[in-house]
Amino acid sequence: MASLEGGLGALATASGLAAQLCGVLSLAQAGDHLLCSQNVYGGTITQLSVTIKRMGIETTFVPVDDLAAMRAAVRPNTRLLLCETIGNPSGTIADLHALASIAHDHGIPLLVDNTFASPYLCRPIEHGADLVVQSATKFLCGHGTTVGGVLVDSGRFDFGNGRFPLLSTESPGYHGKVFTETFGEYAFLMRARAEVLRDVGAQLAPMDAWLLLQGIETLPIRMERHVANARLVANYLRGHADVAWVAHPDFADAQQRELAARYLPRGAGAVFTFGLRGGRDAGRRFIDALELWSHLANVGDAKSLVIHPASTTHSQLSDDEMRNAGVAPESVRLSVGLEDIEDLIWDLNNGLRAVAAGATVSA
Amino acid sequence: MILATVAQRQALLERAHSIAMVGASSNPLRPSFTVFSYLRTKGRYSVVPINPTLQAIDGIAAFASLRDYAAVHGAPDIVDVFRKPSEVLAVVDEAIAVGAKAIWFQYGVINDEAIARADAAGLDVVIDKCLKVESARFDGGLATSGLNSGVITSRRKQ
Repeated sequence: MASLEGGLGALATASGLAAQLCGVLSLAQAGDHLLCSQNVYGGTITQLSVTIKRMGIETTFVPVDDLAAMRAAVRPNTRLLLCETIGNPSGTIADLHALASIAHDHGIPLLVDNTFASPYLCRPIEHGADLVVQSATKFLCGHGTTVGGVLVDSGRFDFGNGRFPLLSTESPGYHGKVFTETFGEYAFLMRARAEVLRDVGAQLAPMDAWLLLQGIETLPIRMERHVANARLVANYLRGHADVAWVAHPDFADAQQRELAARYLPRGAGAVFTFGLRGGRDAGRRFIDALELWSHLANVGDAKSLVIHPASTTHSQLSDDEMRNAGVAPESVRLSVGLEDIEDLIWDLNNGLRAVAAGATVSA
Repeated sequence: MILATVAQRQALLERAHSIAMVGASSNPLRPSFTVFSYLRTKGRYSVVPINPTLQAIDGIAAFASLRDYAAVHGAPDIVDVFRKPSEVLAVVDEAIAVGAKAIWFQYGVINDEAIARADAAGLDVVIDKCLKVESARFDGGLATSGLNSGVITSRRKQ
């Protein structure tokens, strides 16, 4: 994974959230502050705003495309800036280079969750990111068999700059060693592994590591097909009268299309949302009528997946938090798989017919 | 010559046999002790501490200076330096005087004048790298710790 992401080294964990936790706890302690894109996975928002907050580490969430607000939200005790390459589920693409500049101007690293792109579509380290996390459960695994995560360090960030005493002063959890002095550029990775992962206990199990490696062997082949199918599905939906909107980067505003071209030249992934005319009830009817698409909260599986975020992945969030994360009640999230495109569209068409029929009945 | 590439450092580690470790510590918490112990367990190197304040580390007699070392063992293949950057000019002069073939500056041991002097005298020079880490890069130890060795292998580690 370190090779695929272009990093100095990597840490395998029991889940993507575990990888993120190890990253945060390697750098921050009670009294510190984090800055995070608002356009991220609901699980990240709750991890930071509830569990990590209980440890005395506060997080400010800022819309990822509001760079001025992001810059203004950095505090003297901020230790890390977090974002997703492609936001889940809104599909918002982060301006990695601009975010890295904001972070580096303030002497803090940029951590990018690259789950939706995979290193095949984007290597954030090449665009200024210092740390990368992956939920390996998704495209890396590719078959929905395994939960896992990866934390990668570019090795470029100077953790001895005075803002990271957890790395640059004697560590009581590791024989009083000073990680920056002993391990040089490997300081972050060594602390994340030898101290934080050890104490958190969220190691990747050997069998799971093996299963994930099976998936990684076919990553480039799968990603090409995922991206191609996603474009065809998005085009089909955009032309359908009962579809209110399609949030695929191909149809986004000029700024987002420019970011997609810059950071994701091979395609902006295979997960996107669309809105049904008819709101929340229409979403439920649509999913109930599908045969081929699986109703699952996972993404990045070889098979196509569909979910209604408002009643599942984002159900822990308040309405305001949900809207802030870019989720509307009528929005349906697709993870476009590798199946024959005609079969995928045939099934979606049946779902949309069911929505239209339901609307007629209730009227 | 400054050895800037992985291949150059690998070649140095393969041709070297004797390592004089300047500033080696007997305190197990110090990085130099870790490197000393690691290189000893590899078996292929003669590793000797250079430290006027020590008698020995793990039964290996320490020498007070590189000159004292060379009087017994001859010129070392590598002088590995664990000293403050401000102290290393004298180490370089001594390394040149005893005919050392290479000088290795550990993490953070950066002194531009010392580097230039060693380079001009024809020594191979490694800067801001750890001898243990670079050694582990080629024998698989680095990959075991999840660190990117740059070597992709299909072989099971022996």
